[in-house]
Amino acid sequence: MAELTFNVNGSEQRARAAEDEPLLWVLRNRLGLTGTKYGCGEGQCGACTVLINGEAARSCLTSASAVAGAKIVTVEGLANGKLSPVQQAFLEEGAYQCGYCTSGMIMAATSLLRQHPHPSDEQILDAMNGNVCRCGTYPRIVAAIRRAAGEPARKESENV
Amino acid sequence: MSSVDELMTEAALHEIRDRVRAFELDRRDFLRMCAGGLLVCLSGTAPAQESGRSGYARHELPQDVAAWIHIDADGAVTVFTGKVEIGQNIRTSLAQSVAEELRVPLDSITMIMGDTALTPWDMGTFGSRSTPTMGPQLRNMAMAARQMLIEAAAQLWNVDPSALTAEAGRVTNPKTGNSLQYGEITRGEKLTRTVAGDPPLSPATEWKIAGTPVPKVNGRQFVTGTHKYPSDISRPGMLFGKVVRPSGFNATLVSADTSAAEKISGVQVIRDGDFIGVVAPDVWTADQALAKIRAQWNVPQQISNRELFEYLRSHAAAAPAPGKVDDLIGSAEVQLNTEYTVAYIQHAPLEPRAAVAEWSTEGSGPKLTVWTGTQRPFGVRDELMKAFRLSEDQVRVIMPDMGSGYGGKHTGECAIEAARLAKAAGKPVKLIWTREEEFTWAYFRPAGVITIRAGAKRDGTLVGWKHDNFNSGPSGVDTPYAVPEKHVQYHEVQSPPLVQGSYRGLAATANHFARESAMDEMAHQLSMDPLQFRLKNITNDRLRAVFTTAAEKFGWGKTPSTSERGFGIAGGIEKGGHVAACAEVEILSGNHIRIRRIVQAWECGAIVNPDGLRNQNMGAMVMGIGGALFEHIQFANGKILNPHFADYRVPRFRDTPQIEVFLIDRKDLPSAGAGETPIVAVAPAVANAVFAATGKRLRSMPLTGDGTFST
Repeated sequence: MAELTFNVNGSEQRARAAEDEPLLWVLRNRLGLTGTKYGCGEGQCGACTVLINGEAARSCLTSASAVAGAKIVTVEGLANGKLSPVQQAFLEEGAYQCGYCTSGMIMAATSLLRQHPHPSDEQILDAMNGNVCRCGTYPRIVAAIRRAAGEPARKESENV
Repeated sequence: MSSVDELMTEAALHEIRDRVRAFELDRRDFLRMCAGGLLVCLSGTAPAQESGRSGYARHELPQDVAAWIHIDADGAVTVFTGKVEIGQNIRTSLAQSVAEELRVPLDSITMIMGDTALTPWDMGTFGSRSTPTMGPQLRNMAMAARQMLIEAAAQLWNVDPSALTAEAGRVTNPKTGNSLQYGEITRGEKLTRTVAGDPPLSPATEWKIAGTPVPKVNGRQFVTGTHKYPSDISRPGMLFGKVVRPSGFNATLVSADTSAAEKISGVQVIRDGDFIGVVAPDVWTADQALAKIRAQWNVPQQISNRELFEYLRSHAAAAPAPGKVDDLIGSAEVQLNTEYTVAYIQHAPLEPRAAVAEWSTEGSGPKLTVWTGTQRPFGVRDELMKAFRLSEDQVRVIMPDMGSGYGGKHTGECAIEAARLAKAAGKPVKLIWTREEEFTWAYFRPAGVITIRAGAKRDGTLVGWKHDNFNSGPSGVDTPYAVPEKHVQYHEVQSPPLVQGSYRGLAATANHFARESAMDEMAHQLSMDPLQFRLKNITNDRLRAVFTTAAEKFGWGKTPSTSERGFGIAGGIEKGGHVAACAEVEILSGNHIRIRRIVQAWECGAIVNPDGLRNQNMGAMVMGIGGALFEHIQFANGKILNPHFADYRVPRFRDTPQIEVFLIDRKDLPSAGAGETPIVAVAPAVANAVFAATGKRLRSMPLTGDGTFST
């Protein structure tokens, strides 16, 4: 165990943690940031996605000591008085069911839109395919990403 | 099979026999916290829960249905239901139903769900029962509350109640302009009243809040990460637990060396028979301790998935002797005799099983509180009572809205484990199963073998139908098509190789896969269009409507299938839901199946929330793609061979086709549930599309192991 300093959501935070402890456990269990989720612990589902120096990363596969000093942003750090454009778009599209994957989806989408403000279909699939939504809300998540990118909302099929 | 029989069978599949005891609520503490208000009780004529007025098993429900709605002095409405929110959106849709009948703004309602200390007993959230049973139940209560408020205001103003109206949380006298908020009427009073009879509910044609696409009520909590799931619960002084798992199913412990683990600072090892667990101040240390425990297990020889279907065939109860239906099929002009199989699959909810257990002392005895993700909080309470020999009032189970279940979280193993660890540690303990544990030690959707024999006249009229399901289950086993003679049966298999239980839609997916594939096979044998063959044998107008709607919106029959592009159709009725889907598949090189487009038509009576309903349809269709194309559990000798997302493929963004959902709103019909049945048409529609393209009939779910099929 070592005393480590983290820059999380814009503030310096100290925590005692093992050097090779996954960042996910530090965030959730030592810093109380439970918005970041455990889904598999193997980088296969994306539920634990956070931004490290602006890029999406799997916090379950990232050791605590490797990111001491890096800028970490979790879902709790996105809203600045008001929701971020991606959060707002997810809310407006209703792009969730149980919502457990939502934090990871929002972080992955946020990273994508920083790199590609107007992503192509292929870029969306590339960036998002590692994130699992077991409830299957993928069409709405894609719609939310497009909405956040400023594209006109697409209408789902109507009632008959 | 009647719906009650089916429910009982379903309940039995959930292994909840003999678990439930007398019903008693303790809401006193909660109500003490509420300021003066109105408590609504309705006597036994309210629509019964699925448990029925006569009770379920030996669980007799009291004739007085306990309180469901509370109105605070400030007008805030609290609704109590034992149902739970797992992503299917009933926190929103049930609140809409209450708001509608109570005539209050939706945002004045707080739903208390799945808390065994606060909510009325409930069998569990499964079987698509929340909308058809809990919806009317709560609407009845709300309606009764509204009448009471009007009567109370009438008394205050000394007018006839019929002169008053209730709207937007106020009772108003249109003649005098007098108006009072509900809270002003109930202030300082705690009213309890028994109302007899079913009050007349508002017809769906007059709904203003129900029937509208209200967004998920607490959506903001999900996009900001502030919602607390079961795995996010934290208690003062809480420790983290881990459990040593056997090296295979049905194992017995030979020996265990825990000495190295015990030397780690802060670690406590807990042994209780074959149960070995650890607790530590943090999950990292608990993991280190777990890794240091050396346990030897004796695992008996067990079958593998390669022998699975032969095992199911040979271990099923004997089929009945041939009867009239066999004669009719045997002499029919066109005959079919086929067999289909479905693999074991996992629910794989993204939030694995999780529980936080806390023991305290209350009065003279221990009290156990467990926060856990489950579709059956009262069932888990019963399991905890049994495991720790506690009485009902000594156990409280709280179910925070969880990271879903899909039928996979009916049981309380994680809650029991957390409670065992917490009891020994003398502190609250959190236990979150790993993904591998969830894949291995939860239960599976039953695998099955389904045989279908059918006969038809040359003109396409069915004359006989025989459908036998071995092991996978009875849901959806009956055919919705008109056929003069039929035999449909579910055959239980003794000692199935894996622990099996519920799953979204249960066996309806397997049975629809078999039946709708067989219907397709018959159509091709008859050289009839698969849609026309179905329509010829449909007498149910609602089923006809979804088939024709899906076909029309899809453009069925407009373009012929080619060897690279195939079109398939399938549908059915289950749990009050009527569904039909058309699928377009592309066959890529190497027999790789890519689903391009699925159009689904859905009808389940009056729609309570079209936005949530559409979301459920889309989600179920995506989930259905997994079971259709690639999900399957591999196992051998008591071990799961693919207990990781890397080896067990679930649908991802790239697997998702263009999905179009068309909802038929039948405001003249009662609302049925929709969390399950939208899943059933996908697999057969896709299999039929593959046949249309390639002439290859795929009779096993999944159709492929890895996305490709062999010729």
